[in-house]
Amino acid sequence: MFYREAGDFKTSYVDDSQTFPIKFDRYRYYVVLLIAFAIVPFVINDYWVNAVFLPFLIYSIAAIGLNILVGYCGQVSLGTGGFMAVGAYAVYKLMTGFPEVSIFFHVIAAGGITAIVCVLFGLPSLRIKGFYLAVATLAAQFFLVWLFNRVPWFYNYSASGQISAPEREIFGVAVTGAETLPWAAYLFCLVFCAASAILARNLTRGMAGRKWMAIRDMDIAAEIIGVDPLRAKLSAFAISGFFVGLSGALFFAVYLGAVEVGEAFGINKSFLVLFMVIIGGLGSIFGSFAGAAFLVLLPVLLKNVLVGTLGWPTDLAAHLEFMIVGGLIVVFLIAEPHGLAQLWRVAKEKLRLWPFPH
Amino acid sequence: MRRKILGAAVAALMATGPALADLTIVDTSYRTGPYAANGIPFSDGYQDYFTLLNERDGGIGGEMINLIECETGYNTEKGVECYEATKGEGALVYQPLSTGITYQLIPKATADGIPLHTMGYGRTSAKAGEVFKWVFNYPANYWDGASLAVKHILDQNGGDISGKTVALVYHNSAYGKEPIRTLESLAEKHGYNLTLLPVDHPGQEQKSQWLQIRRESPDYVLMWGWGVMNQVAIQEAVNIRYPMENFIGIWWSGSENDVKAAGERANGYKALTFHNLGSDYPVYDDIQTHVVDAGKAAGAGDQIGTVLYNRGMYAAMLAAEAIKTAQEMHGTAAINAAQMRDGMENLEMTEAKMAALGLPNFGPEFTVSCENHGGNGFGAVSQWNAEAGEFELITDYYQSDQEILAPLVEEDSQAFAAENGITPGC
Repeated sequence: MFYREAGDFKTSYVDDSQTFPIKFDRYRYYVVLLIAFAIVPFVINDYWVNAVFLPFLIYSIAAIGLNILVGYCGQVSLGTGGFMAVGAYAVYKLMTGFPEVSIFFHVIAAGGITAIVCVLFGLPSLRIKGFYLAVATLAAQFFLVWLFNRVPWFYNYSASGQISAPEREIFGVAVTGAETLPWAAYLFCLVFCAASAILARNLTRGMAGRKWMAIRDMDIAAEIIGVDPLRAKLSAFAISGFFVGLSGALFFAVYLGAVEVGEAFGINKSFLVLFMVIIGGLGSIFGSFAGAAFLVLLPVLLKNVLVGTLGWPTDLAAHLEFMIVGGLIVVFLIAEPHGLAQLWRVAKEKLRLWPFPH
Repeated sequence: MRRKILGAAVAALMATGPALADLTIVDTSYRTGPYAANGIPFSDGYQDYFTLLNERDGGIGGEMINLIECETGYNTEKGVECYEATKGEGALVYQPLSTGITYQLIPKATADGIPLHTMGYGRTSAKAGEVFKWVFNYPANYWDGASLAVKHILDQNGGDISGKTVALVYHNSAYGKEPIRTLESLAEKHGYNLTLLPVDHPGQEQKSQWLQIRRESPDYVLMWGWGVMNQVAIQEAVNIRYPMENFIGIWWSGSENDVKAAGERANGYKALTFHNLGSDYPVYDDIQTHVVDAGKAAGAGDQIGTVLYNRGMYAAMLAAEAIKTAQEMHGTAAINAAQMRDGMENLEMTEAKMAALGLPNFGPEFTVSCENHGGNGFGAVSQWNAEAGEFELITDYYQSDQEILAPLVEEDSQAFAAENGITPGC
């Protein structure tokens, strides 16, 4: 009944190759955007923004970035935390170095700087693959965290080694710093998140994405049909790094406001984003959102249910939360190895035939 | 069915239904993770004291205390979530027990007008009350700690330590880096050599640091550690047979669970403290009758009288006294966060007050003022007696080197004020 092409006639190539070819799907997408941009900002408060929406949007951008590298191009990376740190420190240095430039451009520039760093660490991917590449990117993770801890220039020689975001405005509305209104922080991140998703979706549908997927599926065959592995792999590292850098910049400047590199961008962060990508679904933009939602929202939800509603002791709830989230990850990977995105695809198929499956 | 679950879930997510009235105190604790061994006793002490006030006195000034616990796991993201989730319930004061979370909360709490009490941790320059209006770190801070440790070393050497070497083993984070600036300034004044040995979070791996200590054999080792890092460091020091009486920890590196694992040979390890130790105080009898025997003790109830339990209880006592001060000042029992701030700023801890609370000679006397949010910087040295299984005070309370510290506080707070566009003033 839903998601059917029947009666939806395409009369031009543009129509035929749009992102959401099915009318129902397209309208659902417009409705989601409308709600996100026009309704949510009016109803959210501090708690919803800081505990739910900001982490969800920011981790979604990181997951999209990593999904391009791991899911589309098949290059395993364990350096996401380190690359997010590059984005955070880049935006910090830019914010404090050029206070007259808009934060909007600083965040984008931080993404660009991260892209360059990511390409540098992606160079070994031309020679090594699989687990060995994972180890090389793991080295990036440890090196970058060590670097930002070691060199005082990166944290402007502050006594504590912390970086903290000064207040910055866009159109006269503060988006970083303590005085930020919840809707401003939310909209700022939402703009980046939506733009990232649209950009990533179109990149992966186009020639660049097809080259990445060719490399992922079989690099030698791809090379024979004319895909340049150097360019394909390094462009995947660059674009992935750009998105991860954006998310790191937003994570520091808008979400946390003050960051300590070892604690905020440690190896745990790399694994968290990788789990988001795997649980959400490798090679799917929707999967990035689903994975981020699963790993950000579920712990908050469980905590509120167990402590807030049931009144359990906080330590018991925290331990149980680990067990439930961990258990669900295992169940998901066994029941649906292709992630939440695949579940969604199956659900769509079912909905097409519903309520007459035969 | 699915919709029902979803509905219930959304309702639960939105469940921030405030229990208004009462004096709301939030305990951002950590009973899980690598720092739980230290987080549990502190939180137990903090909660038990408020439970005692509720059970014995019917709250403070006739207002019951509504205690909310929120688990942070020493993680800044969860700390922010806890803060946002609880600030709407009228929280009077936050005691995050984490320097990382403190740095997050300083701008947020200042904007929201909720006082922070970072007792013996957090941002040292918050002592300058004219810049950090909502942040308090009485009775002592890290720079006091660094100075107190050096003073103790001076005492041991008859006042001359030029040419001696002092190594600092520190948690490689904002917390551990805090004393470095002070120790460098003190090194200039007293002429000792400082070696810095960072240990990365969480601190289980310290082989190379202690190998270096073994090789260079510094005269004294200072430690700024927390959680599992303390236990590992003390074990490593025992392994290389470092003389324990020359090994001095900050107050966060001196609790029973830090030294017990190393056994007999940890005997003689020293740690600073800014309050008294043991459970030989009248208030403990009350806690036993009204809290423990009534089955209302927080956690497992097995931490009573440990160093960190005492510290948590001390923090709760200071908060309760600030509430009392605020109630007197404003003539109302149901105070709000802004009135709480006034209470904290005018807090005066005297010996008579502590004795009346059943805690005679428990902490140093100090007064808080608008210019000075950090107390007078008094502390003492305690030493581990492995046979008796307890820390014992080996000095009286003595003051840190204010001559060195005051300009440092001034400089750092002015830098913060300039960075954030704050006009200092009282």
